[in-house]
Amino acid sequence: MRITSPQQLEKLRKECIARLDKFPRKVLICCGPGCLASGAQKIVDEFKKKLKSKRIKNFSVEAMKETGCHGFCEQGPLVVIEPDGTFYTKVKVKDVDEIIDKTIRNEEVIERLLYKDPKTGNKIEKYSDIPFYAKQTRIALRNVGKINQCDIDEYIATGGYKGMAKALTKMKPKDVIEQVKKSGLRGRGGGGFPTGRKWESCAVLEEQPHYVICNGDEGDPGAFMDRVIMEGDPHTVLEGMIIAAYAVGANEGYIYVREEYPLAVINLQKAIEQTTEYGLLGDGILGTDFNFQIKISRGGGAFVCGESSALMKSVAGEVGEPRAKYIRSVQKGLFDKPTVLNNVESYANVPVIIDRGGDWFAKIGTSTSTGTKAFSLVGKVRNSGLIEVPMGTTLREIIYDIGGGLQNDRPFKAVQTGGPSGGCLPADKLDLSVDFDTLTKAGSMMGSGGMIVMDDRTCVVDVAKYFLAFLNNESCGKCVPCREGLYQLHALAVKVSEGRATEDDLELMEKLSENIVLGSLCGLGKSGPNPFLSTVMYFRDEYLEHIRDKKCSAGVCRALITYEIDEELCDGCMACIGVCPHDAITGAKKKLHTIDKSLCDRCGACYAVCQRNAIKIL
Amino acid sequence: MTINGKICKAEEGEMLLAVIRRQGIDIPALCDHGAVEPFGACRLCMVEITKESWDGWKKHVTSCLYPVEEGLIVQTHTDKVIELRKTVLDLQLARCPGSPEIQQLAAEYGITQTSFEETIDSDNCILCGLCTRICEEMGFAAISTIGRGHLKEVGPPLKEPPPDCVGCLACAQNCPTHVIPYEDEGIYRTIWDKKFERIQCSKCGKLGITKDFAEALIKMRGLGEDYFDICDECRRKETALTMGRISQWEREVVE
Repeated sequence: MRITSPQQLEKLRKECIARLDKFPRKVLICCGPGCLASGAQKIVDEFKKKLKSKRIKNFSVEAMKETGCHGFCEQGPLVVIEPDGTFYTKVKVKDVDEIIDKTIRNEEVIERLLYKDPKTGNKIEKYSDIPFYAKQTRIALRNVGKINQCDIDEYIATGGYKGMAKALTKMKPKDVIEQVKKSGLRGRGGGGFPTGRKWESCAVLEEQPHYVICNGDEGDPGAFMDRVIMEGDPHTVLEGMIIAAYAVGANEGYIYVREEYPLAVINLQKAIEQTTEYGLLGDGILGTDFNFQIKISRGGGAFVCGESSALMKSVAGEVGEPRAKYIRSVQKGLFDKPTVLNNVESYANVPVIIDRGGDWFAKIGTSTSTGTKAFSLVGKVRNSGLIEVPMGTTLREIIYDIGGGLQNDRPFKAVQTGGPSGGCLPADKLDLSVDFDTLTKAGSMMGSGGMIVMDDRTCVVDVAKYFLAFLNNESCGKCVPCREGLYQLHALAVKVSEGRATEDDLELMEKLSENIVLGSLCGLGKSGPNPFLSTVMYFRDEYLEHIRDKKCSAGVCRALITYEIDEELCDGCMACIGVCPHDAITGAKKKLHTIDKSLCDRCGACYAVCQRNAIKIL
Repeated sequence: MTINGKICKAEEGEMLLAVIRRQGIDIPALCDHGAVEPFGACRLCMVEITKESWDGWKKHVTSCLYPVEEGLIVQTHTDKVIELRKTVLDLQLARCPGSPEIQQLAAEYGITQTSFEETIDSDNCILCGLCTRICEEMGFAAISTIGRGHLKEVGPPLKEPPPDCVGCLACAQNCPTHVIPYEDEGIYRTIWDKKFERIQCSKCGKLGITKDFAEALIKMRGLGEDYFDICDECRRKETALTMGRISQWEREVVE
């Protein structure tokens, strides 16, 4: 079936809505990778099996949706029953029968499966009442978790391709750009460059052809916003790209996805097929004379290929190394032609901006950072997962209200934002507003939206060492300051963590960092020393403690700690003896255990296993 | 534009480095080579640039890659630039402690001992990529860089004798630190573990380029099949004799 006019699209939309409304009750099963890993597929199969044999009024297997990620991966597998929004967590196969009989058939809530608020201890029934969701505003993630991830009809039913139809049939390319400029949308991949301005500078270039690329090479450890959008709502990415292509005059587009995201590739591919079949992609889109094709280009997963010029080289089939961008990639990008490159999340915002207008979008967030931003909230926080909040929300609101505070109520130490090249912000920065400019000013950055919460048992030297090791491995090795500089900076961080460094070494690290920032070719190198620079800025004393006192008070740096058993607290349970890989702990049942320090490798296995906190770090 | 306070002219499309060098100013550049496009990897040619309209804002760019602009104010030896070059050379010296070229260049900037951890068993390759870029420019692309970061290295595919190598030695002879080994023994040449036979001049017997290189050049340049059978020297002698014979014949005709 080909849709050849906006009227026909609206007709189809009504049909899709009617078809979905046939069932007042719906079951949404999260099939994001997190829930799949904890057994969601088995739940889906069980529902299908049971629904075949049971007859329920106004309900059938068609009312069951396999959705994208709900974001609350920690509580998975998740099952939501609409329209009440009853929210079940950690669902097991044996619970399926009960859910069908009680909740679906009789609107009865199963207390046992409800989410328990870790703060108050109360059970919460509805999706929208859970603090994790209540404080969120979802634009880019608006459909993720709500619709069947691979069904174009459902996307259309929620207003999908409305923005595209409006752009293609009622607006001129320059009007589209005008609306995006008005919206104030800034690149969500980390750079924060105004999207409208980027499009405008490409649209005016006479050289042809123009290309549009979507950057789905999300490489930050712990970040998964883009993956979730590509998997759970692939059509919004396509729609955003079609609008961009129309605005800048491109007929060919690429989505660059890393090989580690197989589900994203499958779902995007399905979405491209569906859209092409409907005539919303390909030649003569929606009956207009606008043609646009999208191809998927798979990357090998190198971090540096998220950098625009390296990405374009990789798409072209060359080695993914960046080039100096004194001539910008908008002018000379893919195959040396004018190219617009935007991140997945940026594209996901575009359909809504066109549909509802730039002014509507600009009202959300702060004056210089409009709209919302998706974050992957991870680390030592109670509710980890994927969130989307208006720009300008404070770190405290994100960590304590949405995230529910720190696990085990341990003291907050720092939050790492912006991925490996971002920085760590200490407790006195918790009230900072999360937006592009504020975070950069504080020595960190927005980045693509990773947010790692750390408690007092996290050592900042160790954190810096970890991220420097990552960046050192991921440096493409083209330019000297990044390749050799990050290697040496990491080596020096190791020296500090092992208590072998002097204060001169710290000074050398600072001087080296300054020159890596100054001399590197691309953004990876220029921001490479950030893990060190931001931690030494806010936690200098901790570095000095490692250097002067040869001590790691967080109890992390192995070379500087020893484990001891507290005689008062040890009840002789034998647990630590069982897990010690070096047979360094001796003792008998119900007798005091002791650690032989000469055999101990300080791996921390005993520390983790002891229920009575009897293992002490000195 | 001005360079170190001196007004100078440049052609549109020229890169800063060329203009700077034309002024007789010496700045190091290890990955720059006339045969290939500028690369911007060694970072030694970095300079500070600004413009009057930039309101005091300055930036640091690699001069090999920065196209000239009217009104540009360039400084090639500010404290910051020198500090950067020193750091880069310091890092290179740690990577290639045994390279006389790097030692000498570092010494010119006052560094005789690296501040960093020296690489043990270093191959002294500075990874400027000249060898791979020149090989590609020659039309062979037989070698490339392998891997990433500090462990990156130059080599043939799968580290096996490269099928596309013709033994032309362009890589080895353009290496700024002379670290690509090759061996000429009798009529044989070995490079990248691949053995080649060299052409012997049919007149004087002198050894010339490899047979593989000759075949490739004949194909690429449309030369005669027997073009490389004699060496350049003998060819010149032959040409002279032929020319002499023609002159003599002309004289005879006139007489």
